[in-house]
Amino acid sequence: MSKFTESVVSEIKKDYIQKLLSQGSRLDGRAYDEFRKIEIVKNFVPRACGSALVKIGNTQVLVGVKIEPGEPFPDTPDTGVLSTNAELVPLASPTFEAGPPGEEAIELARVVDRGIRESKAVDLEKLVIKPGELVWVVFVDIHVLDYDGNLFDASALGSIIALKNSIIPASKFNQGDDFPLPMNHYPATVTFAKIGDNMVVDPNLDEENIAHARITISSDESGRIHAIQKGLEGTFKIEEIKNAISMAISIGNKLRDEYILKGD
Amino acid sequence: MEKIREIVLPGEEIILGENKPGNGIFIENGKAYVEYLGVKSIKSGYVNIIPLSGKYQPQKGDKVIGKVVDILSSNWVVDINAPYLAPLHVNDTPWKVDFGDTSKYLNIGDTILAKVMSVNEVKQVWLTLKEPGLRKLQGGHIITVSPTKVPRIIGKDGSMIKILKDMTNSKIYVGQNGIIWVEGTTESILQVVGAIRLIEREAHIIGLTDRVKEYLSKPKKGE
Repeated sequence: MSKFTESVVSEIKKDYIQKLLSQGSRLDGRAYDEFRKIEIVKNFVPRACGSALVKIGNTQVLVGVKIEPGEPFPDTPDTGVLSTNAELVPLASPTFEAGPPGEEAIELARVVDRGIRESKAVDLEKLVIKPGELVWVVFVDIHVLDYDGNLFDASALGSIIALKNSIIPASKFNQGDDFPLPMNHYPATVTFAKIGDNMVVDPNLDEENIAHARITISSDESGRIHAIQKGLEGTFKIEEIKNAISMAISIGNKLRDEYILKGD
Repeated sequence: MEKIREIVLPGEEIILGENKPGNGIFIENGKAYVEYLGVKSIKSGYVNIIPLSGKYQPQKGDKVIGKVVDILSSNWVVDINAPYLAPLHVNDTPWKVDFGDTSKYLNIGDTILAKVMSVNEVKQVWLTLKEPGLRKLQGGHIITVSPTKVPRIIGKDGSMIKILKDMTNSKIYVGQNGIIWVEGTTESILQVVGAIRLIEREAHIIGLTDRVKEYLSKPKKGE
């Protein structure tokens, strides 16, 4: 019952949010290009190789990294393996159901995975133990704990922070000393929702529910775009995409400096 | 006269004395016990437990705000934030609705101000719109609070709600189910929402009215 009623969008709320946006403000008083308050707890799970708890407003995501030796894929014998998985647990929202991952969870995992993989954030070539036979396999597990919109950015941020703080447990598997996971880049992901003719960064749940279109852009520290994912049935104009890309790069740089690289 | 309100725990024994057991009390082996965490109140010969939190428990005669979530040929299904969805039958509306024409009057996502016509033993609810003032709500904004905070938002004899209305120059309707409809300019809506969140957060601290007044006299942004 709740899954069904939660997904019905109240017309009054929809009109009000659109009216506010057309007057230049948002439901929670943020600017269009402003994120909600971000809180990060590094190494939240002591038994994982690396982990991070990320809160963006009321959205809460826990990311854990597990690293163990395994066989490489036959077509890439000289690189390690990266595998990303996302879990939308019923605890996080009345609209999530138990069972095998649905479309949303798969999309989330793929978007996060693509941001990390295509930017070559993790130096997979350094993860080879014996070419063609044994490499380090990196599992990134995204656990959504509380859903209040913008899972993409929360999960991507959590994943990159968890990976950055990961230690490869080599001694446990008799492969020499433990060492930190080799990283090349630190991509940051920024999601926009299009509501009416306005584009907003970091949509909360109410905004996400009424959005026509969504675009997620992942960029690295040199301003290169590594992944773009467009969602929902609405459309974007070319200028809107160009604008979104330049905003994603500048906001991404801010996120990177403030949260990903902080503490170095 | 301000009495200190007694907080009671589930399973705690209640001495009824000359009073009768009301809501939130069950009898076992001739003794009365508390059903859930709440505050004890004695009113017109009944001992009631007012829950500290929880979902809305519909009572006959309550005016509630609900969201239409489904349409049938002669019914609408309304979410009133209660344990069960509440049906509204075409006969209980002021309109003359032909069979199958329900969607001409109310659609999915519409919001209505309705009255709880009846509640049966298993808490199933029937709603009605047949009374002056009950209608489809349009414009403004909807927010949800815990139903247990509704008395605080209304205040003693409606004092708090009057402050909110007068100081922000807006229309406010508080449903007994914790759904609040606010209409006014966008700035005044933002102010009301902020004030309601303040009431929700600090309802238990003395001097609430003054703090709400102070909050409303300052310009604010956002929730």
